[in-house]
Formats: sequence, C-alpha cells, structure tokens
Amino acid sequence: MLTVVRAGALTTVQDLGRTGYAHLGVPRGGALDQRAHRLANRLVGNPEEAATLETTLTGCAVRAGRAVVAAVTGAPCPVTVDGRPAAWGRALRIPAGAVLELGTAVYGVRSYLAVAGGVAVPPVLGSRSTDVLSGTGPAPLAEGARLPLGTPPPAPPVAVDAVPHPGPVRELVLPLVPGPRDDWFAPEALRALAAGGFRVSAAGNRIGLRTEGPALERVREGELPSEGMVLGAVQVPPDGRPVLFLADHPTTGGYPVIGVVPARCLDSAAQTRPGTRVRFVLRG
Amino acid sequence: MTGLRVLPVGERGLLIECDSGEQAEALHAELLRRAARDELPPVAEIVPADRTVLLDGLDDPAARAALAAGLPRWEIPQPDGGGARTVVVPVRYDGPDLAEVARLWGVAPREVVRIHTGTGFRVAFCGFAPGFGYLRGLPERYRVPRRDTPRTRVPAGSVALAGPYTGVYPRPTPGGWQLIGTTDAVLWDPERTPAALFTPGTLVRFTEVAEEAPC
Repeated sequence: MLTVVRAGALTTVQDLGRTGYAHLGVPRGGALDQRAHRLANRLVGNPEEAATLETTLTGCAVRAGRAVVAAVTGAPCPVTVDGRPAAWGRALRIPAGAVLELGTAVYGVRSYLAVAGGVAVPPVLGSRSTDVLSGTGPAPLAEGARLPLGTPPPAPPVAVDAVPHPGPVRELVLPLVPGPRDDWFAPEALRALAAGGFRVSAAGNRIGLRTEGPALERVREGELPSEGMVLGAVQVPPDGRPVLFLADHPTTGGYPVIGVVPARCLDSAAQTRPGTRVRFVLRG
Repeated sequence: MTGLRVLPVGERGLLIECDSGEQAEALHAELLRRAARDELPPVAEIVPADRTVLLDGLDDPAARAALAAGLPRWEIPQPDGGGARTVVVPVRYDGPDLAEVARLWGVAPREVVRIHTGTGFRVAFCGFAPGFGYLRGLPERYRVPRRDTPRTRVPAGSVALAGPYTGVYPRPTPGGWQLIGTTDAVLWDPERTPAALFTPGTLVRFTEVAEEAPC
C-alpha cells in the first residue's frame, strides 16, 4: 500500500493504456512518455505493462506501507527518502513507513515512479490508466489516497550503474506524415509546420500538446463530418493553431488533421516545456 | 462498392471515406464480418464515424498497402439488421427543448413524442464520451441545429437531438444538443459487457414512460 502524502499538480496512475475501445468513445490513455514508464518498470523488475505514477512538473510524495523497491525515471527531479537524497534512475529500497518524494522537475515535465509489484488499482477495460478526458480509470491522486500494490516480482531488480536520460528538449522536432486532410490547407501550411515557427503553449495537457504560432491557412471552409482520430494526429481547430493529440485524445473529432506524428516519436513531446520551439519534418 | 476513398493516416492507419453515412455503416459491418473471419490483417481499432471508418494499428506495412489497394473493389452488402442487438429505452419526454424542437419540426410537442417513439434507430457510431452513441433513423426533414449556447451541464440520461442524430448523455457533461427527454437507462458501465448500451450497429427504440406524479 502507498499513501499519498503530497499529490502534486497532477499525478495519475498510468500503464500502457487501453486499446480496442475507441469505437465506444474510450480514449486509450496510458503513460505519455512510454519509454520512461517502461524503463522505470524494468529497473524494479516489473513487466513493462505494470502501472506507474506519472507526475506533472511538481512531483509527488508517497509513504510506503511496507518495505518496497522503487525507481524514478522521466523528467529528472530531486528524489528523497525521508528527506535524505536518493538516486534518480535506479532501484531504491524504501523502508516500511518511509516517505519517498519526487521534487520539482529540473527539466522535462513528467516523472515516473515505479514500485515493484506495480500500482494495483482495479483495471477498467483492461487498463489501470487514468484518462483525464473521459474520467475512465482511477481519479488523479489526492492527498491521503491509498494505492494498493501488487506482489513484487521474484526477479531481482536490474542492476545498473547509470541510466542515460535524453536531456532537456531545446527544440521539439517531430516527424510528420501528411494527411489525411492536408488537402484542406494551403500548400504554405505544411511549409509553415516544417519551418518551425511554433512554440509549445502552456495550455497543453494529457489530451494534446497545444501550439502557439502562425495560423495555418485553410483552403476549404465548413465543418468536417466527425471522423476517427489517432494518437499523434495534428488537428487544426478554427484558430489555425495545430494541436498534437496525446494519449487522452478524443476518439473522434471534426477538425481536419493535417498530418500524423508516429506514436513512437511522442515521448519527447510529453517532456517538452511551454515556450519550446516546435518543428515538423515532413515524411513522404 | 463505388465511392470509397482510402486515405493513409500516419504510418499505421487508414481512413476509409464513404459517400454517405449509411454506406459507412455498411462498410463498418463488413469490416467486423471480415475481422471475425480472420480476413483482415491484425488491427487495433475499427472506429466508425459520420461518413468514415478508421482502421488504426495496422502494424504490417505490406498488409496495410494491400488492404488500401483492395478496399475500393470490395462488394459490401447493405446490412439487413439481422442479428443486430436491439435495445428499448424508456424515456420521460420532459426535456427543456421539447417545445423548441416541436417549433423547428412545425408540429405539436405531443407529435414530437409520437414521431420519436415511432422511429427505429440504429447506432451509427460512438464518440464525444464513452458510451455516447450517434443514432440515425429520423428522416432528414427533422434535422435540428445545435443550441446557439451550449449548456455547461447536461444531466446524465438526457435524450437529445442535433443534426440528423439522436443521442443520450451517459454522464453529466457540457453539451449543445436539444434536450427532449430523460431516461434512467444506464448508458455506460465499464463493469458490464458490453460496457456501452449503444454500440455501433445496435438497433434502438425509445418508448414513453409517464412522468412521475408529484408527491
């Protein structure tokens, strides 16, 4: 059992998400930085699909009800155990009753806390992820909340000396496959995406990364009949500022999608702070 | 089938665009049929919408290309509704927009109830919120606009109209549809199989229940 001592700005339970329910209007959810989530699990000997905690900028603090093995990955942040500094990016032994705290991210946005055995809240539709769009899955963490833990894996945690981390994202560079609705835009629109005049907006969240910059010019007016949306879709609302869909994106939408960023390239988008430049590299 | 356009979506998706909503419903039924017979490459999501069906998670590029090339030549039968799940939804026609809908339709409010309960609906697709189905069935002349100002909170169970569609709000959310009634039916329950009362292809009828007498 973990007891939440400090919930942080937005801390949620996340795993690899729920697929196969988009036709019922259920977003996939799941860790935004999948690489960091998987790494945290591997460090404590969990399977990669075990549920972790995903923090947002300001970290969180939890008290362990029993001795546990834990690891912190993703956005680098000060890690303490009962106030004493501990390592980021490696397995830590947390004594029973001790408080493990993730401080404010030094850079990046989302840190991941894995505990051996995984966070064992009841799965909903095959996943323990909180999806903030539809409210599916457990509520975001609140102070005093108690989170059950699964049985720790028999395998010992992976021994590593150092985990490399990608470093701060100075410019977010994302491959973009044009379509399916690039024909709704002037040819200059794709060039504008490639030219990189956009910055990450502070208005983004788990649903989408919002951008500020030049408005993309449309050549077709009117509404697009609602159509299915994929992870990584770059949707352009009427204000012309592209929105990059992340894990909690709506399953259907009526604004045209000018292009799609491959899902495997979205981890860095989850760690990019507001104000950072965004540039798209067009793929054929 | 004529008029199918296949658009690539990223590296793993295909968006199949149809001429009409009815054609999209028929294509969706055919895709499910072929998936059940293992005649489709592995796919993570099949998402019908207004006039399209999205296939997502086609991880094998060669299979995706072959499917995209073959789709326009598919023979797609019109679904006859045989084997479709049917649900009956009891409704109190007490919605705040019933009079406005009656005005838009040019009929008396009682006539709205008669027309709505006399119509056979099909769930064309889901979206907006888990378990929110877009139901087709009303004739084109009963199309209504969304409200100019959306409500900040529409109660769960509200039966509503917008465009050509009828829908029922699974949980309280903001919403701009015209509210004509209320149901106690549970539209969404993740513990239930299927979790959604309205799944694409489900046939739906609404029946009128009398308003509860005040105590």
